[in-house]
Amino acid sequence: MNLSILLILPLAFSLILLFVKGQKQVRSVALTAAVAQLGLSIVLLFKFLAERAKCNSAFLFESNYTWFKQLHINYHVGVDGISVSMILLTAFVVLAGILVSWNQEKLYKEFFFLLVFLSMGAYGFFISLDVFTMFFFLEVAVIPKFLLIGIWGSGKKEYSAMKLALMLMAGSALVFVGLTGLYYNAKGAVSFDLVQLSLHPFAPAVQKMFFPFAFIGFGIFTALFPFHTWVPDGHSSAPTAASMFLAGISMKLGGYGCLRVAAYLMPDAAHYYSTIIIVLASIAILYGAFATMMQTDLKYINAYSSVSHTAFVILGIAMMTKTSINGAVMQMISHGLMTALFFAVIGMIYERTHTRQVAQLGGLLKVMPFISSVFVIVGLCSLGLPGMSGFVAEMTVFMGSWERAGTFYHVATIIAAASIVVTAVYILRAVGSAIMGPMNNNDHLQLTDAAWNEKTAAVLLLVGILVMGLAPFWLNDLINPGTEVIMQKIGMIK
Amino acid sequence: MNSYSYTPLITLLPLAGFVILGIFGRKYFNKTGGLIGTGLLLISAILSLYTAYQYFFVNGKVGDTYQTITAVKFTWLTFSQHVSIDMGIILDPISVMMLVVVTFVSLMVHIFSLGYMHGEERFATYYAFLGLFTFSMLGLVVSSNLFQIYMFWELVGVSSYLLIGYYFDRPSAVAASKKAFIVTRFADLGFLIGILVLAFYGESLDFATIIKNLSTAQSTQFVAITSASFLGISAITWGLTLVFMGGAGKSAMFPLHIWLPDAMEGPTPVSALIHAATMVVAGVYLVARLFPLFTINESALEIVRIVGVTSAVFAAVIACTQTDIKRVLAYSTMSQIGYMMFALGVSSTGGENGLGYTASMFHLFTHAFFKSLLFLGAGAVIHMVHSNDMKDMGGLRKHMPITHISFLVACLAIAGVPFFSGFFSKEEILLAAYHSSKTVYVLALLTSGLTAFYMFRLYFNIFWNKDTEVHGHHGEGTFAMKLPLILLAVLAFGAGYIPFGQFVSTDGKALESEFHLAFSVAPVALGLLGIAIAAWMYMKPNEKPQRVANAMGGLYKAAYRKFYIDEIYLFITKKIIFNLIGRPAAWIDRNIIDGLMNGIAAVTAKTSALIKGMQSGKVQNYALYFFGGVAALLIMFIYFWRP
Amino acid sequence: MNEIPLSHILFVSTGLFFIGMYGLFTRRNMITMLMAIELMLNSVNINFVAFNKYLYPEKLDGIFFTIFIITIAAAEAAVAIAIVIHLYRNHKSIDVEDAAEMKW
Repeated sequence: MNLSILLILPLAFSLILLFVKGQKQVRSVALTAAVAQLGLSIVLLFKFLAERAKCNSAFLFESNYTWFKQLHINYHVGVDGISVSMILLTAFVVLAGILVSWNQEKLYKEFFFLLVFLSMGAYGFFISLDVFTMFFFLEVAVIPKFLLIGIWGSGKKEYSAMKLALMLMAGSALVFVGLTGLYYNAKGAVSFDLVQLSLHPFAPAVQKMFFPFAFIGFGIFTALFPFHTWVPDGHSSAPTAASMFLAGISMKLGGYGCLRVAAYLMPDAAHYYSTIIIVLASIAILYGAFATMMQTDLKYINAYSSVSHTAFVILGIAMMTKTSINGAVMQMISHGLMTALFFAVIGMIYERTHTRQVAQLGGLLKVMPFISSVFVIVGLCSLGLPGMSGFVAEMTVFMGSWERAGTFYHVATIIAAASIVVTAVYILRAVGSAIMGPMNNNDHLQLTDAAWNEKTAAVLLLVGILVMGLAPFWLNDLINPGTEVIMQKIGMIK
Repeated sequence: MNSYSYTPLITLLPLAGFVILGIFGRKYFNKTGGLIGTGLLLISAILSLYTAYQYFFVNGKVGDTYQTITAVKFTWLTFSQHVSIDMGIILDPISVMMLVVVTFVSLMVHIFSLGYMHGEERFATYYAFLGLFTFSMLGLVVSSNLFQIYMFWELVGVSSYLLIGYYFDRPSAVAASKKAFIVTRFADLGFLIGILVLAFYGESLDFATIIKNLSTAQSTQFVAITSASFLGISAITWGLTLVFMGGAGKSAMFPLHIWLPDAMEGPTPVSALIHAATMVVAGVYLVARLFPLFTINESALEIVRIVGVTSAVFAAVIACTQTDIKRVLAYSTMSQIGYMMFALGVSSTGGENGLGYTASMFHLFTHAFFKSLLFLGAGAVIHMVHSNDMKDMGGLRKHMPITHISFLVACLAIAGVPFFSGFFSKEEILLAAYHSSKTVYVLALLTSGLTAFYMFRLYFNIFWNKDTEVHGHHGEGTFAMKLPLILLAVLAFGAGYIPFGQFVSTDGKALESEFHLAFSVAPVALGLLGIAIAAWMYMKPNEKPQRVANAMGGLYKAAYRKFYIDEIYLFITKKIIFNLIGRPAAWIDRNIIDGLMNGIAAVTAKTSALIKGMQSGKVQNYALYFFGGVAALLIMFIYFWRP
Repeated sequence: MNEIPLSHILFVSTGLFFIGMYGLFTRRNMITMLMAIELMLNSVNINFVAFNKYLYPEKLDGIFFTIFIITIAAAEAAVAIAIVIHLYRNHKSIDVEDAAEMKW
C-alpha cells in the first residue's frame, strides 16, 4: 500500500473544498473527506496486519524518495504498529470533529479547509521516517491552529491563539535544534533518516547535548510540566473541533515524537535524564489533577485533566520498560479518544446553554439524557473505569513503571497512582453539579438533546473507547512489535 | 473435563440486561424493562444453583477435597512474560457459594423492585444499573486473577455510584454517591498499589500462581518479598495491608466506613442488594480469596483482626442511637462485616485451625439473607409511611403482617437467637475467636449483645410502640414485594442448618462443626438480655429512652453524631485538601508557572519595545546612526587599530 | 606669494559640511533639509576645487566633478522641490514627521 495516499487524499479534498460553494456542499465534501480517511486508515490497518504476518521488518510499506539532495532530506515514509494506531486515532477524531462542527456558519469553507488540512499534517507526521519531513509536518499541524483559535474561538481568543502558537513554535524551534544536532553528528552518513540514524548510535556526549532539545521540544506539544500552560488557555478558547484536534491529535504528536525521535535515537541520554523526566511527569500528574479540582469552567477542567493525563505518556516513556512504553502509547490513544469526546460533549452543552461554568449548569440529565449520559461515561473513562480505554492505559503504565525496580521508581508510581483518587474527585464534582443535581436554570428546560450528527460523533468515539477498553489485547498486539523495536534500542528488555 | 463452559452465561446475562436496557430501555422498554431484567436474572440464578449442585454434589470433589476448577480463561492483556491480566472464571467453594448468594439476593431485589419502583420515570434505567451491578459482582466473585478482581471491584463501585445517585435531582443523593465513590476510590488506591507490590514480587497476577509463588517458603519470590522492605516494614506486609485497605474501603471498615450510612440515599432495594448483602462483603471475600497469603504474614492478619473487631464494636454502638431506620441497618451491616473480618483475622489454615475462615464465610452467607430481608422489609415500611425516620413509625404490625413477621425473623436471626440462621454462624465465629484471642472474644460478645438490643429497638419502634396513622391507599404492597420477603424469611431461618463446614474450609476438606451447648450460653443470654432491654424501653411509648440517653450524656451524643468521624473527614478534605493543596496548585499554575511563561513573553516584548525606537522610520535618525557609526569606526581605526 | 594654506580651506569646508549635517539631522522642514543638503554638497565642491588646485594643479578632474555635482544638485533640487510641493498639497505641511502613512 502506498502511504502517500494518506497525504494526497486530505490534500486533494482540502483543495476541492476551496472551489466548492455553499455551506451544505462544503460540509458534505468535508464529511466525505473524513469518511474516506477513516476508511483508508481501516484499510491500512488490515493491510498492515496482513503484511506483518508475512514479513519481519520494523517498518512496513516503506517508500523513499529524495526530496532535497544537497541536505540529504528524503521523503521517507513507513509505518509500524504504533503509527498505524495513531493514524486510526487521527481518522476517528477528524471525523468526529467534522461531525460536531456540522452547523458551522462563520467562514465555514475556511474552517473545514483548515480541519482537513490539519489532518494531513498529522498523517504526514505519523508516517514520516525522515526526521526533517517529520518536522515539516509538525509545523503543518501547528500553524492552522493559530487561525482556528484566533478566528473561530471564544473568550480571549487572540491571547490564547498567540500563546499557543508561540509556545508550540518555541517547541518546534527546540526540536529543530535537536534534529540538526543529530544531523551533523551522525556517525554514519550525514542524514535526517530515522532508520539510518538509528543504525549508528550517537556518542553519549552528543546525546546528552541534544536530547533535552528534542525531548523538551516535543514535550511542549504534549504539555510537559512546566511548559503546559498553553493547554488550558488554548483549549478553552478554541472552537470545539479545534479543541478536539488539539487534545486528541496534536498533543499526541509530541508524545510520539518524544518516543520515536528523542528516546529512540538517543537511548543513553534518555537513561541519563530519565530521573528528571520522571520527577517532572509525576509532578504534572498529581499537580495537574489538583489544579483541575479547583476549576469551575468545564473546558478548563478537561484541559487541566489533559495535563495530568498526558503526563502519563511522559512517565511511561521515561520509565523505559517495555510495558510502560506500551502503556504510554495506549495512553496516547486512549487520551486522544477520550478527551476528544469530552470536548465534543462540552461543546454540545455550551452550544445549548451558552455557559461552561459548572455552577450555572445542573440537572442536565433531565433535559438531555443522551449528552449527559455520554458526559458521565466519558467522565468515568477519564477516572479509569475498567472496560474503557483509560483504565487499560493507566494500568499498563502503572504496571510498567512498577517493573522498574528501585524505591525512587516505586514512589513515583505511587504518586502517579494517587492521581486516580483526585481524578475521581474532580470528575465526580463536575458530573455531580453539571449533570446531576437540581435544575438551576429554568431556561434550560427548553433545551434539546443531541442531533444526529452529534450522536454519530459521540458514538464513533465511544466505540473507539469501548473497543480499546474491552479488548485491549488487539491494540496490544498491534503496538507490541513496534515497542519491542524501540526497547531493543533502549536495551532494558526483560 | 470442562462441564462448566456455560458459566460465563451466569455473568453475561445480567450484562446483556444492562446493555439492552441501557441503550434502548428509555425508548422501548420503560414499562417492561423490569420484567426483562428479572427474567434474565432468573435464568442466571437457576444456572448458578445448577452450578452449585454440580460443584458440591457431583464433580467438585476429588477424593475428599474440593478442587479449584477453572471454567474459562483467556488472556486479556499481557504486560510482561509472566504478568498478564486473564479473564477467567474459577469455581471453588467460596466462589460457588457467592454465585448463589449474589444471584439469589439480586433476584429477590429485582422482584421486589418490580413493586417498589413501579411507575418511576427511569424504571428501565434502574434495571439496567441493577444488571450492571449484578454482572460486576458476579465477575468479581469468579475472578481468577488479581487484576480481574480489581477491575470488577471498580465496576461494582461505579454501579453503586450510579444507583446511589439514582435520584439524581436530590443534592443529598448526589453528594452521597460522590462520597461513596471517592472514599472507596481512595481505598482502591491502596488496593492497586498492593497489587503492584504483590505482582512485582510474586511475578504473576494469577491467584493460583501468585499464592504458590509467595507462600512456598524458600522459593525465590518468597525470599524476595520477605527480605525487601520499605520504611522498616517488609514488602509482603505492605502488599497485603494495602490490598486489605481496598477491602476495608469496600466493606466499610473503620475508618473508611463513612460512605456507607450516606449510601442509604439510594433506593432501598439497592441498599439491600449492594450495601447489605453483596458488594460490601467484597472486602471479606477478597481477604478470603488471598487467605493463604494472609496466613503467612501474621502482621497483616493482625491488622485484619483489629480493624474487624473495632468496626464491629464501633458500628454497634452508633447503631444504638440512630433514628433513621436505614442508617441503623447500615451500621448494623458494618458491624456484622466487622464480625466476618475478624473471624478471618483469628483464623489460620488447615483443619480445625481454619474454623474462623469457615465461620466467616458462613456468616457472610447467612448475613446476606437476613440483612437483605431487613432492608427489603425496611423498604416496604418506607414505601408505606414515606419516611425513613422511626419517629414517624410505630404500631405497623397491624397494617403489614407479612412484613412484620419476616422482619421479626430477620431480627431474631441477626440477634443470634437459637434455631435461627444467625445463631449458627455467629456461634462459630465466637468459638474461633475464643480459641484465638480472649480480647477479641469479649468484644465480640459485647457486640453480639448490642446487636440484639439495637435490632429490637428498631423492630419495636417500627412495629409496636405508638400507633401511626397510615394513609394506606396501597396496603402492604404488591405480590412482587411480598414474595421476596417470604422467600428470604424462609432462608433467614433455615440457612443455618446447612452443614457449611462440609463445603467451605481453608483446605477444601470437610470441617466437622461441633456444637458446644455450654459455649452458647453466654452469647444467647446476652442476646436475650439485649432483646429484653429493647422491649422494656421501646415496646410502649414512654419516657425511658430519653432518660437513658440523658443518663449516658456525652457518650450518647458522641455516638449519635457518629463519633465525629464525618466531621474529621470533612475537615481534612475541605480544609486541607482543597484549601491547602488544590487552591494553591491552581493558583501557582495560573500565577507562577503561567506567570513565568507570560513573563518570558513580557520580557521579550519589553526588550523589543526598548529597541524598536531605533527603527523609527525617520531617515534622519538613520543618517545620524550612520554617521555615528562612521565616526566611531574612524576613531577606532585611527586611534586603536594597530596592525 | 603668501598663499592661503590648504588647511584653511579645508576648515571652511568641514565647517560647512557639519553645519549642513546638523541642519539635516535636526530640521523637520523639508525645504530647510534640502538647503542643508545643498550646503553639504557645496562643502564637497569646495574640497574638490581646493584639492585640485593645491595638489594636482595640472589636472582638471576636481573641477569636472564640481560641475557634475552642481548639475546633479540642480536636478535633485528640482525633483525634491516637486516632491515637497506635492507633499504640501496632500498634507498642507512640509514637515517630514507628518508624512507617516507608510510607516509600520
